Amino acid sequence: MSGPSEYQPTNPALKWIERRLPIFGLMHSSFVAYPTPRNLNYWWTFGAILSMMLGLQILTGVILAMHYTPEATMAFRSVESIVRDVNYGWLLRNMHASGASMFFLAVYIHMFRGLYYGSYKEPREVLWILGVIIYLLMMATGFMGYVLPWGQMSFWGATVITNLFSAIPYVGNSIVTLLWGGYSIGNPTLNRFFSLHYLLPFVIAGVVVLHVWALHVAGQNNPAGVEPKTEKDTLAFTPYATIKDLFGTSCFMLFYAWFIFYMPNYLGDADNYIPANPGVTPPHIVPEWYYLPFYAILRSIPNKLAGVTAMFSAILILAFLPWLDTARTRSSKYRPLAKQFFWVFVVVCVLLGYLGAKPPEGIYVIAGRILTFCYFAYFLILLPLLSRIERPSPVPNSIADDVLAKYGNKSAAAVSTVIMLAVAGALFAGSAQSARADEQETPPSQKWSFAGPFGTYDRGALQRGLKIYKEVCANCHGLSYIAFRNLADPGGPGYSSAQAAAFAAEYKIKDGPNDQGEMFERPGRPADYFPSPFPNEQAARVANGGGLPPDLSLIAKARSYERGFPWFVIDFFSQFQEQGPNYVSALLQGYQKTPAGVTLPEGAYYNKYFPGHAIKMPEPLTKGQVTYDDGSPATSEQYAKDISTFLMWAAEPQLEARKQLGLQVFAFLIIFTLLMYFTKKKVWADAH
Amino acid sequence: MTTASSADHPTRRDFLFVATGAAAAVGGLATLWPFVSQMNPDASTVAAGAPIEVDLTPIAEGQDIKVFWRGKPIYISHRTQKQIDEARQVQVSSLPDPQSDQARVKEGHDQWLVVIGICTHLGCIPIAHEGNYDGFFCPCHGSQYDSSGRIRQGPAPANLEVPPYQFVSDSKIQIG
Repeated sequence: MSGPSEYQPTNPALKWIERRLPIFGLMHSSFVAYPTPRNLNYWWTFGAILSMMLGLQILTGVILAMHYTPEATMAFRSVESIVRDVNYGWLLRNMHASGASMFFLAVYIHMFRGLYYGSYKEPREVLWILGVIIYLLMMATGFMGYVLPWGQMSFWGATVITNLFSAIPYVGNSIVTLLWGGYSIGNPTLNRFFSLHYLLPFVIAGVVVLHVWALHVAGQNNPAGVEPKTEKDTLAFTPYATIKDLFGTSCFMLFYAWFIFYMPNYLGDADNYIPANPGVTPPHIVPEWYYLPFYAILRSIPNKLAGVTAMFSAILILAFLPWLDTARTRSSKYRPLAKQFFWVFVVVCVLLGYLGAKPPEGIYVIAGRILTFCYFAYFLILLPLLSRIERPSPVPNSIADDVLAKYGNKSAAAVSTVIMLAVAGALFAGSAQSARADEQETPPSQKWSFAGPFGTYDRGALQRGLKIYKEVCANCHGLSYIAFRNLADPGGPGYSSAQAAAFAAEYKIKDGPNDQGEMFERPGRPADYFPSPFPNEQAARVANGGGLPPDLSLIAKARSYERGFPWFVIDFFSQFQEQGPNYVSALLQGYQKTPAGVTLPEGAYYNKYFPGHAIKMPEPLTKGQVTYDDGSPATSEQYAKDISTFLMWAAEPQLEARKQLGLQVFAFLIIFTLLMYFTKKKVWADAH
Repeated sequence: MTTASSADHPTRRDFLFVATGAAAAVGGLATLWPFVSQMNPDASTVAAGAPIEVDLTPIAEGQDIKVFWRGKPIYISHRTQKQIDEARQVQVSSLPDPQSDQARVKEGHDQWLVVIGICTHLGCIPIAHEGNYDGFFCPCHGSQYDSSGRIRQGPAPANLEVPPYQFVSDSKIQIG
């Protein structure tokens, strides 16, 4: 494993290079001839999966950076322009955002594998610590990346996390000001986060090189926890591990593709589709799901400094594992007590994650404190204790013996593992959904033509919705992310370019200055965007009794509600993501007489579905208000349906392209995964 | 690593390997395409590059204006009769880039010259109404163009490019 390889390439050109820089020998000894334990299971494929994800994140990230503008007034719009205008921009954005979640999912599985099989024990301590360093770097990178779109959650999440540093005595506030580059989160912060977000993945890549090097010095751990003794214990990395890793990666890609193409916003927060507003705090500030357990630990401790210390300690304590767990038996497979407590620990982590998304009230606080104690107790009390008192089961003599004995209890462990992870995953995903206000009335679920894997927009509904927008909504609400040319785009209302140009020409667009230095009006062109009814926020508020009518371009994605258990699990499989249109449709039809005992503020109206029930907008759509040219009924239900469909298109014009490509990608990936499965079986046929 | 069936005849195993390899190659190329395609101009850039209309009435005889289309400067010259005659009297075959004046303007609108103001040498913007040929002079390396925008002297290899345009009416053109 260490020392120069004896490999010599046959090609004379390659031989020439090899003599001067022995790179082919290095590649060969590390990834072709490298002896790999023959009893590895699929938990060991996550190293390769992680390498692929790092590469993918860097690739998609570098490409996104070609189109993104890291400036506070332009960042949000530049992300939307990537999604709407850049060729395959929606795909690249979804890959990068979902990729971050997949990256963390893979790293947690990878870490739990290490925990269970004792991969941190001697002589792999440095390997493990390098892993902790990589994990910390990943968390920093992910945090800064989430700030970049400059949505409400980006801004306020950054405010909360950077404010943590003020807990440090004496220098805390100075450090925070240094991080911010100003008196609050602002443009300087965004700029430096962009720079560091670009930098850190390459630092991660460097540490990964060290991580793989440290791995190759010690060799892989294996499920038996017994080091290889003879050649019978190992196989050459290529083709055995290579093919197995490729198969594992292919399965992972299927899971990843489900998020990219069909559930791109499932793990995200609707609030991040609202541009950052320093004057309005979201009702629930929640980090991305992969930070939730640590967020829960932070909030469990009532003292600010102690909470921050506890949160960072929860991560750093991992680095001390090799000295906390000193049991001689490496793999938990042969440690009956440690094995059970391991699964308890997994449940503790998942429950902490669930609590991280809940508001810190009542029973959630008590539960959080108990679970925080359990988390630390596992490392500081339980593992050292077990090292002393546990009597392990006998360990197999060698890896070869382990392989021969394997065909017995494998299935039981596998099944329970799968169940555990399914529960874990479901709870995690659900907690990511749950940070909505509890006082909100749940809108009824409607049937939408664009729902599901084969969903498309109903062109008639889009055209009628456009008419409603133009005649009613446009008086107060802007639609500034939609250009007139979008009306002729595929997957939209289906107008021709000439019709879109004619539609544009009906509008007066402010332009200039001309050669006299004056602004002037001209007829709209296809490249122009829908004009907003008010020149600025203040004018909008004056005209609307103090309320600010939001721009409607993203409203269908910026609104959501809790679905509760078990719905959020079912939603993942049924591809339900129509919370936004359900909400908009319900709100438009939700005006009611003010109930007895409720007083509304001056100028507000009672709405069943608006959070807080007091909305400044009077009922906008009543029966017969808009006449339809195609004979559809002019009822308020029809209006609500059509405008909601139109607004969903305005929020996501690329929906049809996304689902169509998704179908093709899934068909390919399923075929490819099957091919990989049979190839793997064939290659491994002689190894057993 | 060797098993009983060897390379006497293509086995099911070989077919499987070939199929998997081919699928991987196809998948790889298909995956690569969006990463390449995203560098092409995006939809808003393409829309901003749509044809523009220019009103010719403010341009007096002997005057010219410069407009931008797709980020490039375009000279629109209202030529005098003298300029038109000078351009037509030149022997076309003696030009470094032979092209008749008639081929560079629209029939019936000979007084209007529309050219892209980018020197065909290394891309500087030539100055109008300069040089020995009553045309354009490029200050970077001394290329001189005549009143039809054709290269007469200097290192530039080709005439100033005529963009696609048409007359919407006698006083309005659409460029692009």
